[in-house]
Amino acid sequence: MHIAAGYFHTYAVVGLVAAVGVLFVTMAFGVGRLLRPVAPTHEKLLTYECGVDPVGEGWAHTQIRYYIYSFLYVIFAVDVIYLFPWATVFATPGFGGATLVEMAIFLGVLAVGLLHAARRGLLRWV
Amino acid sequence: MSLAAGPPGFLSPAGVEIAFLLVGIATLAAALVTVTTKQLVHAALWLVVTLGGLAIEYLLLTAEFIAWVQVLIYVGSVVVLLLFGLMLTKAPIGRSPDADSGNRWAALTVAIAAAATLVWVVVDAFRSTWIDLSGAVQGSTKVTGASLFRNWVLPFEALSVLLLAALVGAIVLARPPVTRHRPSKDALRATPPRHGARS
Repeated sequence: MHIAAGYFHTYAVVGLVAAVGVLFVTMAFGVGRLLRPVAPTHEKLLTYECGVDPVGEGWAHTQIRYYIYSFLYVIFAVDVIYLFPWATVFATPGFGGATLVEMAIFLGVLAVGLLHAARRGLLRWV
Repeated sequence: MSLAAGPPGFLSPAGVEIAFLLVGIATLAAALVTVTTKQLVHAALWLVVTLGGLAIEYLLLTAEFIAWVQVLIYVGSVVVLLLFGLMLTKAPIGRSPDADSGNRWAALTVAIAAAATLVWVVVDAFRSTWIDLSGAVQGSTKVTGASLFRNWVLPFEALSVLLLAALVGAIVLARPPVTRHRPSKDALRATPPRHGARS
């Protein structure tokens, strides 16, 4: 039998579970939509704001520092993703110590970036 | 996905090819909706569908590692970055009638040129290489790790410098240079520490 058959079998199960999940949510919401009474009035469709009629448009207060956090997240997600292939080959013969040093250099260079961010006060929560 | 259940395996090689084609069509459609929809947040969510479809394509080509990189990096963090960008720039909720830029023909030209370049490079590089879908899994994390740490160590280390440059660049763009102040020293000086750059 094929070696890859087990691979496709495994992911077919994942796909099947995902399909069942989508079907479950669709069924639940679809049945709910079919069974419930729908009698909207203007007041019911208003945004609930502590019982008072809402005034103006919705607005949000966001700070640019959140963008820095999500950018740091992207950088370190890319960083961490390389730990997975490293972890699978690290213990096999022929890699070992040199691979450890290579990964240490990689992480060290990025740690400089984190240090820079910390010294610029980006990681301080105010 | 075609899920014809059979004892040895769910998908025959032909089934994999059919699934690849169907997912490819769905991905292309989602990509077209991403660039044509008038609602900015919907565009970001359609981008999730497009990138997720690409991840399934990678999985079907047995490139397991790249597929999960696609999910974790692109769907997980790049789209989050886009949504944060939309949120911070107060992107309008609902339809934006002015979403069609006047530059769209230039953008289309650039996109077609970039796509043509990429297709040409890939076709030229892998002209006679075929992925054997019925053989061993060729893109698992272990295979990727072995090739990365045996043949591609220098690009890997260069990548860390690239990421560092991106990080420092983002910090410079987001916050103008500030003089760091230590309370013990700055208390002695006449000039108060600058708080203006703090957002």
